[in-house]
Amino acid sequence: MPVYLDHNAATPLDPRVLDSMLPYLMTHHGNPSSVHRFGRATRAALDRAREQVAALVNARPSQVIFTSGGTEANNFAIKGTTAVDVTGCVAIGATEHPSVTEPAVSLKEAGWRVMVLPVDRTGRLPSSVAESFRGSRPALVSVMWANNETGVIQNIAALAAEARASDALFHTDAVQAAGKIELDFAASGVHLMSLSAHKMNGPKGVGALIVDAAVELKPLLRGGGQEKDKRSGTENVAGIVGFGAAADLAKARMTDYGTRVSRLRQRLESELSALGGVEIFGAAAERLPNTVCFGTAGVDGETLLLRLDRGGIAVSSGSACASQHREPSPVLRAMDIEPELALSAVRVSLGHDSTEQDIDTFVAALASQLAQLRRMTGRAVG
Amino acid sequence: MKKPIYLDYSATTPVDPRVAEKMCKYLTLDGEFGNPASRSHPFGWHAEEAVEEARAQVAALIGADPKEIVWTSGATESDNLAIKGVANFYGKKGRHIVTCKTEHKAVLDTCRQLERDGYEVTYLDPEPNGLLDLEKLKSAIRPDTILVSVMHVNNEIGVIQDIAAIGTLTRERGVLFHTDAAQSAGKVPIDVNATNVDLMSLSAHKIYGPKGIGALYVRRKPRVRLEAQMHGGGHERGMRSGTLPTHQCVGMGEAFRLAKAEMGGEIGRIRMLRNRLLNALKGMPEVYVNGDLENRTAGNLNMSFNFVEGESLIMALKDIAVSSGSACTSASLEPSYVLRALGRNDELAHSSIRFTIGRFTTQEEIDYAAALVKEKVAKLRELSPLWEMHQEGVDLSKVQWAAH
Amino acid sequence: MAYSDKVLDHYEHPRNVGSFDRNDPNIGTGMVGAPACGDVMKLQIKVNNQGVIEDAKFKTYGCGSAIASSSLLTEWVKGKTLEEAGKIKNTQIAEELALPPVKIHCSVLAEDAIKAAISDYQTKTGKGSKADTA
Repeated sequence: MPVYLDHNAATPLDPRVLDSMLPYLMTHHGNPSSVHRFGRATRAALDRAREQVAALVNARPSQVIFTSGGTEANNFAIKGTTAVDVTGCVAIGATEHPSVTEPAVSLKEAGWRVMVLPVDRTGRLPSSVAESFRGSRPALVSVMWANNETGVIQNIAALAAEARASDALFHTDAVQAAGKIELDFAASGVHLMSLSAHKMNGPKGVGALIVDAAVELKPLLRGGGQEKDKRSGTENVAGIVGFGAAADLAKARMTDYGTRVSRLRQRLESELSALGGVEIFGAAAERLPNTVCFGTAGVDGETLLLRLDRGGIAVSSGSACASQHREPSPVLRAMDIEPELALSAVRVSLGHDSTEQDIDTFVAALASQLAQLRRMTGRAVG
Repeated sequence: MKKPIYLDYSATTPVDPRVAEKMCKYLTLDGEFGNPASRSHPFGWHAEEAVEEARAQVAALIGADPKEIVWTSGATESDNLAIKGVANFYGKKGRHIVTCKTEHKAVLDTCRQLERDGYEVTYLDPEPNGLLDLEKLKSAIRPDTILVSVMHVNNEIGVIQDIAAIGTLTRERGVLFHTDAAQSAGKVPIDVNATNVDLMSLSAHKIYGPKGIGALYVRRKPRVRLEAQMHGGGHERGMRSGTLPTHQCVGMGEAFRLAKAEMGGEIGRIRMLRNRLLNALKGMPEVYVNGDLENRTAGNLNMSFNFVEGESLIMALKDIAVSSGSACTSASLEPSYVLRALGRNDELAHSSIRFTIGRFTTQEEIDYAAALVKEKVAKLRELSPLWEMHQEGVDLSKVQWAAH
Repeated sequence: MAYSDKVLDHYEHPRNVGSFDRNDPNIGTGMVGAPACGDVMKLQIKVNNQGVIEDAKFKTYGCGSAIASSSLLTEWVKGKTLEEAGKIKNTQIAEELALPPVKIHCSVLAEDAIKAAISDYQTKTGKGSKADTA
């Protein structure tokens, strides 16, 4: 039985979520825009899912715009808020996902300035960072709630308050945080928040942008007028229903998840330190309970991953999107981790279905692979 | 016979049970749930293989190379990506686009946005039968024209544009040609090479696949360039980022495979049913078929029942699910812009019903629907002051209506 | 769009459908709306010498709410004096039928229709000024 420890890339669909989706694949097929009974049935299902997703992050259902996933939600937030101005400045965190950094870079061509807010070695934006954006008066500040590679959690409420004080909009990519830790859209003071279903045991291909009603947002996709004209295109009904069910489930078992997964991570981290020569990135910061990203000096991470895979263990070297590249992770580089150490990075991300047995299997395999690899490179680690 | 009877296949189709079954394999725990972009373990590899098989199936239906297929969240995104992507990439070469007034809103609204961004768009009037006059198109193309966007099959009236002729013209003039084929794939044979189409929008849920997935065909030879509209991660050769929903891609692939295998026989059966409905209704007084009957998909019948208001007719026909105008606009009180572009007057535009027939429609259902329509139209006409005036010989176009 | 039970009832069983002879001096005819807007209402009232509406009939081209609004109105005006009938407000109709916001215009049209019918009757009989207070 293979051991899957890559839940930050994709989570298995929960069987209960699948059950909620099946009627909308098999039976209720109406187009939610149709006025007849078939359409009304699917429209009602969308409304219910909207309530469930809103409830997970303490937002109002009317603030939820469904999208095709986290990437679209991030693109939408960055481009949709900036499209109302001719040019200006956006500030983004240094460890953002490519679906935030790349849209920001695309704005440069239109004459926008992009300011990158640095993180310290723990992966956190220092509190002094607010001063730097206060001076340049950005139209939008975007900082992720929790990082996909290291799990490091930012102090979003404080950053959002700073942004508001400088009349900036504040967006947070909460794709990795949602469902794993408590999020409160209303209390956090953020204007926009991106979510994705498939990181919380929901289906792939569906996400949401939560938007404060006061935010002026230009649509990315036009024509049809769905989602109150903010996001056109026939709704992915089964996917959205599954998202709602996944949000519901995540909310119901969040406390249990937090306790269980933290305990497993603690076990993993203490066994890792027992191995020696392992550095856990962002260890000093508050992190998601399920994520451990570590480096093993002198070992090539990619080689290690492939060897682990041969042993039936699925982990990752960073974000799935970037894993075709053979460059040190930009997230770790932003944290000022030495390139060589960064190239050795392995990310373990736990899920609801992870067990102590998984941890032990992983650590045993890791120990044996590390021993072999180090023997090959002839490096001793004390 | 189960009621209500579904006759709204152009709004969306049921997922074919064979498609749903295949999708489920990629949804369940023992299935393949990996992220197709994960390169370091088999969960990701298997997902990628499934996505690539599906890509080849989509390509096969339209005679394309799998490398020319870019996954999207649906035809709306495909239309947006094609038009904005071309406009943004080729904006230095020219800033003029030609399209038609009867296009889907995804094309029209995208063009409107480009106009606000400084592009120029020519919206051609179709002929009264819904088809485009090629001479008009020819004279609309200018030296700075970069794109012609004309849909293959119209969603409301089902008319089929001559995309081969348009493709010849655009190729000759060095202009890119985009066509929205959401309503034609699986209903009309398509060959992107024979028709010189450069970009083609496709949807899964109009051909018995799932909602929330589509594709854009982007020609490689000669190469068509696009500026990505969704950034981050570099999926789909940089043209469209975002984690691929494996089960959705698989579902679309299977739907396209089934369409290719079965459309030969299916089209004839559906046309027979459509003609049966048409023959039952066309004998009524003051009914008009909207759009050309010859160049039309087999499953579409769009009729206006003069002197009866469309929404009340739909309400009367609650045992059959049909639409007045397109699904996207039928919640509003506006008459169909497509019918208006054909030159239909307000009354006829307001009184139109679109019947669309598909894979699971039976003859019994058609007969029931035809009888119901006849009965309800007669009843509503008894209620209609316009019908009364018509019977009395009043020319309604000469009446001075009170401002309202 | 979800219709209230009362709309559905009037739509499926419209009351007082039909026409009177519009040239009859006791008949007032109101025709409002336009085909271009998607609704036309014809409301006719039969008024006795005491100025009481004895009977009413309607024909409506329009959506279910428009049909229901005019059907309801014919029920309401019967037995009322012209003055009373002229005081019927669209909000009462909208409330009785629980019309959603997008359908309020149907009740407005119904109010316009009864006003037009009253005015037509008064013009015909030369009693124009009296009930114009409505």
